[in-house]
Amino acid sequence: MKNKKKAFWNQALLSGPYLLWMGLFILIPLFIVLYYGLTDGSGAFTLENVKKISEPIYMRSLLLSLKLSLYSTLICLLIAYPLAMVLRSLHLKNQNLIVMVFILPMWINFLLRTIAWLTILENNGVLNSFLRLLGFQGLSIINTPAAIVVGMVYDFLPFMILPVYNSLAKIDDNLVAASKDLGANSLQTFRRVILPLSLPGIISGITMVFIPSLTTFAISQILGGGKQNLIGNFIEQQFLLYYDWNAGSGLSLVLMIFILISMAFVAKFDKKQEGTNLW
Amino acid sequence: MVKAGNALKKLYIGLIIFFLYAPILVLLVLSFNKSRFRNHWGGFTLEWYRSLFSNDEVMSALWTTLLIALIAAFLASVIGTAAAFAINKMKKVPKAMFLGITNIPMLNADIVTAISLMLLFMALGFSFGFFSVLLAHITFSIPYVVLSVLPKLSQMSRSNYEAALDLGATPFQAFRKVVFPEILPGVLSGFMLAFTMSLDDFIITWFTTSPDIHTLSTVIYAMQRRGIHPEIYALSSLMFIVIVILLILCGRTQNKIQKK
Repeated sequence: MKNKKKAFWNQALLSGPYLLWMGLFILIPLFIVLYYGLTDGSGAFTLENVKKISEPIYMRSLLLSLKLSLYSTLICLLIAYPLAMVLRSLHLKNQNLIVMVFILPMWINFLLRTIAWLTILENNGVLNSFLRLLGFQGLSIINTPAAIVVGMVYDFLPFMILPVYNSLAKIDDNLVAASKDLGANSLQTFRRVILPLSLPGIISGITMVFIPSLTTFAISQILGGGKQNLIGNFIEQQFLLYYDWNAGSGLSLVLMIFILISMAFVAKFDKKQEGTNLW
Repeated sequence: MVKAGNALKKLYIGLIIFFLYAPILVLLVLSFNKSRFRNHWGGFTLEWYRSLFSNDEVMSALWTTLLIALIAAFLASVIGTAAAFAINKMKKVPKAMFLGITNIPMLNADIVTAISLMLLFMALGFSFGFFSVLLAHITFSIPYVVLSVLPKLSQMSRSNYEAALDLGATPFQAFRKVVFPEILPGVLSGFMLAFTMSLDDFIITWFTTSPDIHTLSTVIYAMQRRGIHPEIYALSSLMFIVIVILLILCGRTQNKIQKK
């Protein structure tokens, strides 16, 4: 009995600071957003802030955000999955090294790396100079949605590569061999063995690319030249330009619907609670 | 056939690595550019590496960034590791609840976390600046530590700890000599992840700082419209080179230890 009591206090002492911290800085702030989003300036209940999303200017930006983030997620998956398969097939002894190679760019400020893409994609930039040198016509992609997708894919690709690679690297070679011994061809082995086992990695990769792409405002500001407003840009403006916290919170609540959908999506597939598999 | 396949594989890896490092190469080239303009090559110079150290705006942002990342990663490691111990021993339902809370800041959009913290600090009458940014960074760093330490704890068998106690170790000795070395890799990778995320964060800092406290991210974003000071390119090139050298040294000592 005494031991049980002691264990309880141990638990409380260890988890207490964490629970207090997360309660104060994660849970309560979310309720404050909910409060501002559902009230007007005088504190009375209203749905006006949330309904703002139906105004054409906001609706257009939300649809553009959804479209571009879907593109960037899909492109990241199409690049990362074959890459992870190739890395797995090399059977590297030093797996940490390969992980480091893909994390290393993240230690250079992401805004700066995004700005470097300006220099590459500009009309007189590195890419076009190179294309012209080869006798092709230059592309004009800067300040278009395509430039923003390039920025998103670039910034968030490591978040797709790492979880997908981690889940693929864990698959036992004997399982693959067994599948082949039992008469499955390569395609069947992939569909029935490799793909299902790598699904948790794919799912966490998808959310880790989709959510930041959907909600970014810096990438669209830099590579869209302020001409392509995503929903994140409008939320930022409401808070830091117009100081309209009610409208900003209302738009954020709309955004949170999509976040909740993707959280539910993760919970459904990630039953073992492995977290994000990033490291 | 196999050879051609292998060459193709290496080509593919090479292309992706090129894609990831091309902008860093651009920054490196720009750091030697005599012209202040990003899109114009004015000849080779080392000027920016010299003037970097006397550029107060950039240097103070660098120190602020490093200080916040270090303190935030350290405090998050302490709070997160303690929490991981408690969560590891929990029954199913409270465990799921705790993990649910842990996942919120990881899955939530940065911009929502940012505005929610901004509104909280405002509601509490907090003055914005170094301290508010630090609190925000600790908040989003803790989950990375919890999720890095937890797998190490669940892999560890309890019998080692109990054996140490049976052999006469005090609980503290048993923890220090048996448990701690087992979970150390998890704590370290949690710390490194937290440090990296703090270093690279822009959105949450942007909403929780004041105009006179800048990290590298906010300085760069504010400069973006009127033109980046070339000193920033020099700084990022230096940082990149230092990190690469550190990694190579780490890799070598690791190899040596493994050989022994």
